[in-house]
Amino acid sequence: MPTIKIDGNEMEVPAGITILQACEMAGIEVPRFCYHDRLSIAGNCRMCLVEVKPGPPKPQASCALPVADKQEIFTTTPMVQKARNGVMEFLLINHPLDCPICDQGGECDLQDQAMAYGFDRSRYHENKRAVPDKELGPLVKTSMNRCIHCTRCIRFATEVAGVEQLGATGRGESMEVTTYVESTLQSELSGNLVDLCPVGALTAKPYAFEARSWEMRKTESVDVFDALGANIRVDTRGGQVMRVLPRLNDDVNEEWISDKSRHAVDGLRHQRLDRPYVRVKGKLVPATWDDAFAAIAARLKPLDGKKVAAIVGDQCDAESMVALKDLMAGLGSPNVDCRQDGAKLEAGLRGSYIFNAGVKGIDQADAILLVGTNPRWESPVLNARIRKRYLSGRCAIASVGPAVDLTYPVERLGAGAATLKELADGKHSFAEKFKAAKNPLVIVGMGALSREDGAAVLALARSLATVRDDWNGFAVLHTAASRVGGLDLGLVPGEGGRDVAGILAGAASKEIEVVYLLAADEIDMSKLGKAFVIYQGHHGDAGANRADVILPGAAYTEKPGTYVNTEGRVQQGQRAAYPPGDAREDWAILRALSERLGKALPYDTLDQVRARLVAVNKSFAALDQQAPGAWGAFGTAGAAADAPFVSPIANFYMTDPISRASKTMAECMASRQQLMAAE
Amino acid sequence: MASLDRVARSFLLTEIVSGFLLTLKYMFKPKVTVNYPYEKGPLGPRFRGEHALRRYPNGEERCIACKLCEAICPAQAITIEAEPRDDGSRRTTRYDIDMTKCIYCGFCQEACPVDAIVEGPNFEFSTETREELMYNKDKLLANGDRWEGEIAGNLHADAAYR
Repeated sequence: MPTIKIDGNEMEVPAGITILQACEMAGIEVPRFCYHDRLSIAGNCRMCLVEVKPGPPKPQASCALPVADKQEIFTTTPMVQKARNGVMEFLLINHPLDCPICDQGGECDLQDQAMAYGFDRSRYHENKRAVPDKELGPLVKTSMNRCIHCTRCIRFATEVAGVEQLGATGRGESMEVTTYVESTLQSELSGNLVDLCPVGALTAKPYAFEARSWEMRKTESVDVFDALGANIRVDTRGGQVMRVLPRLNDDVNEEWISDKSRHAVDGLRHQRLDRPYVRVKGKLVPATWDDAFAAIAARLKPLDGKKVAAIVGDQCDAESMVALKDLMAGLGSPNVDCRQDGAKLEAGLRGSYIFNAGVKGIDQADAILLVGTNPRWESPVLNARIRKRYLSGRCAIASVGPAVDLTYPVERLGAGAATLKELADGKHSFAEKFKAAKNPLVIVGMGALSREDGAAVLALARSLATVRDDWNGFAVLHTAASRVGGLDLGLVPGEGGRDVAGILAGAASKEIEVVYLLAADEIDMSKLGKAFVIYQGHHGDAGANRADVILPGAAYTEKPGTYVNTEGRVQQGQRAAYPPGDAREDWAILRALSERLGKALPYDTLDQVRARLVAVNKSFAALDQQAPGAWGAFGTAGAAADAPFVSPIANFYMTDPISRASKTMAECMASRQQLMAAE
Repeated sequence: MASLDRVARSFLLTEIVSGFLLTLKYMFKPKVTVNYPYEKGPLGPRFRGEHALRRYPNGEERCIACKLCEAICPAQAITIEAEPRDDGSRRTTRYDIDMTKCIYCGFCQEACPVDAIVEGPNFEFSTETREELMYNKDKLLANGDRWEGEIAGNLHADAAYR
């Protein structure tokens, strides 16, 4: 470990880090524009200059200079100050003075650092450079006059997002960041460019001019648009969600979130259910909570519990799920299912349905097999993690399933279960490579499990997984944010109960008379037959359309909720806004309804519900922790059909009620379709 | 001796006489009161009266919705909402000032980068209802149009000292 001196303080630092990182460890802030923790080092903004001895008598770029033993570093000397002031003055030569109309104003690195290193007037009297704006699609707005050529966006697109569409042309003052051929960015992570840009050259188009950073209330929450459970910050103004930003969590999403997580929130303003409705003579009419509960009670009370069924949606919080489970138990109904897509996963053995290795485990894997999944659409941030693993080298990645561009080379072994069988029998050439690997990882997607023969595929995948004390290479990549939580809480058919397919069949044959949809919109509503449908949710989507009674609930930003992500990590989000109109938090609705049905649930406060969560499954006690689940036998050995695996997500931009109501997502889809038509 | 002096003063009414003398003197001096509202006193160019939103000479509104006035307003009297106008420029869709909250500190005009919001020379805007004191963008722009001559003159007069 080299010993260095920073501003006179001696300290030991790990070998191989840069001076900038060493300064950060010492708690000294070094200004920078181009350097970013998660991107390669460019060293072209020159803002991080420090004085280093021994060395040439000139300032050095600290981001690109590794530490060496007995180095002396100075960050506050007149030489450093003068150098940084000079760099800042040069940067400001061509930077327009349009902070008042710039969306970055108030959270701009250049603005902040100009306060510390800027000169209070300009000595430059020539004309400023003018650069034509570029078209980067419906999410990223460009204002290239403001660009300071830090190349963070280029490096992000190339390295993290894996789309080599951004680059720079020209040199010196005539350098321009551009998309060579004018086209929309074909990435599901393009929104992160806006966060990375240290100035206002790239800003969010849907959020243009809407709000200022200082007028918003910031709430920490968890994303529900995919099963990764990315940590997010929800910014609200006057009760309206203005934008969503990522929160740092190295174990889950690093600091990226997908475009859907970031930009689908405008769907929260449209198509909302803000009051209860009851169907009268075939038409839904607005009602009071009392009327709605009376209509449900009239139908449910005389009914045998076996004729009642409940289906849980993909974005539900654990609190509402446990309330529903307890309510159904109270009614005597075993017909509960949280697997809307019919995935053949069983509750109980936790290791059989979570991403055991954890997202962090991807970094350690040295062979990855993707089974029936398209991670680029099912969880773009996780896909970026796999790409990061690919870039660090010596990792064979193969796929059995849909042929898609995953932004990194993948050896496509086959399309369906037959190939998987070959692999399991060790007949395939990749099988040896996989076996020889130290930490092989099998990632099984819903495309492989939500089929009739899902249990057989699950068994095949299990036989491929390597499980040791220090490594569990079996990973299930879910598509629904509520799925793992639902399985943890045991929202699966009880003894003699029906699963989703069984419920739909029962509804058609009138064996099921009442179906309770807890924000479940992805099932085929036409199959519900003449059943009495209660829909509790936040958007007027398929479920509400078919419902006989609508109970307006809260979206994920409007309730404090617990979510379990695909790796089994329990995370809590806070309430950022209040639900619109008469809508209420979901567990509270179920609690109120249970009282009307004479089966009052034994909890009145959120704390009591959360205590109940822990009582049902101990894993809810440990927040934000990940560990492999219990291992054992699961899946059913048997013949798997030959049909190819198909990813359940046909359209990344519209997978749930919120994104279907979002104008921005519609624009993204249109632009993507245009692009595909052009190709 | 002092008590004799006091008694003499009170018997001879010297204090009343000197008081009346002063009054008499002022009867022959020019009067300082003005016949308000027909006459008005002079106002400095920095006078902070009723708010106005100004326009450029070509009729384009100056305000660019930067929200700095809203941020600095110590009474939180200003409410702004913004979105891109059809031509893509940043404009307010709502600019409200609650004149009952306003404390006329003038921070808003100090914060304004484009001299859009100003406190003009008008101080005669009392109303009979509170509602009339909730100014919206139309009202503020109308104020700007009405007072532009005076406001521009004041800004010009004060410019040398900034």
